[in-house]
Amino acid sequence: MTLDLPLIWVALIAVAVLMYVLLDGFDLGVGILFPFARSPAERDVMMDAIAPYWDGNETWLVLGGGGLLAAFPLAYSILMPAFYLPVILMLLALILRGVAFEFRLHGRRRGKALWTAAFAGGSLVAALAQGLVLGGFIQGVAVRDQAFAGQPFDWLTPYSLLTAAGVVAGYALLGATWLVGKTTDALAGDARRWAWIAAGATAVLLAAVSLATLFAHPDIAARWGLAAGRIEGGRLLTRLPIPVLGALGLAVAAAGLRRGRHFAPFIGAALVFLSGYLGLAVSFFPSIVPYGVDFRAAANDDSALGFMLVGAAIMLPVILAYTAYVFWLFRGKVAAGAGYH
Amino acid sequence: MDLDALLLSRLQFAFTLAFHIIFPSFTIGLASFLAVLEGAWLFTRREAFKTLYMFWLKIFALSFGMGVVSGVVMSYQFGSNWSVFSRVAAPVIGPLLAFEVMTAFFMEASFLGVMLFGWKKVGPGLHFAATCIVAVGTLVSAFWIISANSWMQHPVGYAVLPGGSLTAVDWVKVVFSPTFPERMAHMVLAAYLTTALVVGAASAWILLKDAGQPESRIALRMAIGMFAVVAPIQVLVGDASGKEVLKVQPVKLAAIESFWETKSHQALHLVAWPDRAIEGNRWEISVPDVGSFITAGRSDAVVMGLKDVAPRDRPPVFLVFWAFRVMAGLGVAMAGLGLWGAWLWWRGGPERSKLYLRAAVLMGPAGFVAVIAGWIVAEVGRQPWVVTGVLRTADAVSPVGAGQVSASLLAFIVIYAIVFSGGALFILRLMDRGPAVAEPQPTAPEAQRAPGTPLAAGTAGETP
Repeated sequence: MTLDLPLIWVALIAVAVLMYVLLDGFDLGVGILFPFARSPAERDVMMDAIAPYWDGNETWLVLGGGGLLAAFPLAYSILMPAFYLPVILMLLALILRGVAFEFRLHGRRRGKALWTAAFAGGSLVAALAQGLVLGGFIQGVAVRDQAFAGQPFDWLTPYSLLTAAGVVAGYALLGATWLVGKTTDALAGDARRWAWIAAGATAVLLAAVSLATLFAHPDIAARWGLAAGRIEGGRLLTRLPIPVLGALGLAVAAAGLRRGRHFAPFIGAALVFLSGYLGLAVSFFPSIVPYGVDFRAAANDDSALGFMLVGAAIMLPVILAYTAYVFWLFRGKVAAGAGYH
Repeated sequence: MDLDALLLSRLQFAFTLAFHIIFPSFTIGLASFLAVLEGAWLFTRREAFKTLYMFWLKIFALSFGMGVVSGVVMSYQFGSNWSVFSRVAAPVIGPLLAFEVMTAFFMEASFLGVMLFGWKKVGPGLHFAATCIVAVGTLVSAFWIISANSWMQHPVGYAVLPGGSLTAVDWVKVVFSPTFPERMAHMVLAAYLTTALVVGAASAWILLKDAGQPESRIALRMAIGMFAVVAPIQVLVGDASGKEVLKVQPVKLAAIESFWETKSHQALHLVAWPDRAIEGNRWEISVPDVGSFITAGRSDAVVMGLKDVAPRDRPPVFLVFWAFRVMAGLGVAMAGLGLWGAWLWWRGGPERSKLYLRAAVLMGPAGFVAVIAGWIVAEVGRQPWVVTGVLRTADAVSPVGAGQVSASLLAFIVIYAIVFSGGALFILRLMDRGPAVAEPQPTAPEAQRAPGTPLAAGTAGETP
């Protein structure tokens, strides 16, 4: 067996997390935009635009968590206690907004208002919590004797608040551009306006987070060829395609919005996320718990990784195939009253 | 690790798990029930089956959603609260959980969308296939979870590495550990019974108001068929599962039966007050010799008592003893409800006996109670171990302070109370209206009826 199993699994989990961010990102984003809808009827359409997908989207989060547990148990067992409070907060928020899909349809007047609020609030809080975890992750996690050794609120800093705001803006962008593709009439017009605002906010916050990261973490800056006062042109040049991809994504989204395209804005938003994600990968690889534990040290033994890889090699193509089928089946604009209720 | 954080983490895990298991144990059975209803509708073209399908689909959607979101919690709680367990045991059970996600969760989630929203998009054959896929998905999910849990009950096929972590040496042994087959059968039958009890109760409730309601008459008979056939089988499977426990987890069995001394001719304690402090039962009502007979098959069989192991290796006896009796008692009551119902069916119709309908309504939640009691037997009976003989629960907990865990436990209680109240309210409201006034049939020109029929009235009353 000459397969580099830990490397394969770190790639698979990275893809699972990226899938999660892109997919659940758009349905969380729709929840974040919920308060801005003009009427309950518009909210119904917004929900119909994501209802067939959200459960599958969220499953990528379970694969990310379960996969981390199974493939990199050491990383999982350090990161979860380190981010105890934001992780629990995220889970509770996901519960409230997840049940709201069904509950909102059954609620009468007050019940419907309650679960509308739960959906919007839960989506926002889940996005914030994920942003706080991201910020805390980039700041680094205190580790001693293969366990988390920091304080309960290590993750809460101005920097992590900045990343949280960035995640919220980015999800709102994904949500708005998704709605541009799935809705018609006044709602699609509103979605376009939301997408412009969210794109601006995402651009500013992504730039701010990037700069803050470079200033706060000389090690990361060095990886980008920007070590302490001098610029390594060669290294910077090889990294440059990543921010260029982000700028390209914004341009695609903007051009799509201006020309009234249906799905180009969403593709553009996804490219922005891909750029940010690759940026993180370049900044951290091969570390899986910044800045002490690299992925090989955290990896499960080859027996477990090999066993799972057999399953993944068979199941992941199948999963991607029927996920694609479901997206294809529900393609096109949402018709009013598309729900089964 | 301070003791408070350990206790709080245990309470939180027990609470979130007990809440979660309510939904899978209902939706595993309900998914299969829906597949049967849709198949029956396709085969016979009787509208009653489709009306029932549409009615129970709504309840399924509500319950499945609650099951999904409370299940996501479990996959993160292993790390947030039991990080040492995660690190030590993940080499063995991690892949089983990963397989559950890959072989079940995605399938269920994707085809649930087709089930709920695909009526206008796919033909009836494909829609039926989606229902069947979801039903199979729920069973596959149960397979992996019971596999992982069975391994924790009685670990085999692994080795301990120098650093204290585990490694699997034989995956077939790990996945199909000795207690797995009986426990898998026991859980799936429990889920089917739980669903049948709810279906029976909801149908009986409608029939109490209108004994002629045609869909509820069909559904009640289907439920009675399940009680009458599955409940007695479940008693036998439970017995087989108990025999396996005797073989591989004798301490747990001693706690279930409150045996303290190792001896032959153990008495069966029908009821008792086991007390770990006095290492015995404060009082008991017992049948001599039957304890050995019922657990080991022979009244002269020597059966181990709790005093054979050190006090620190004994599980909490009182809870295990009584949880088992609640579960077994309800199981017998379910079989009784089935036989009584079958007799009434044969004598002209269960809906003619108000007493039976009331009993069926009363037994509606019995499946949930029995499932939770059964899991208490399984999980508390394994204590003080989280992986029997390998890792103690006290050593498995995360380095997280009591303050954080009390905050999260409180938040879980509040949020779950809100979600449970909402879900229960909506489900009970649907059940109170019954299948006849269910909903507009989303497909179908053929389902449109004249104004003034019950269905049309239901449609008009639906949109707020």
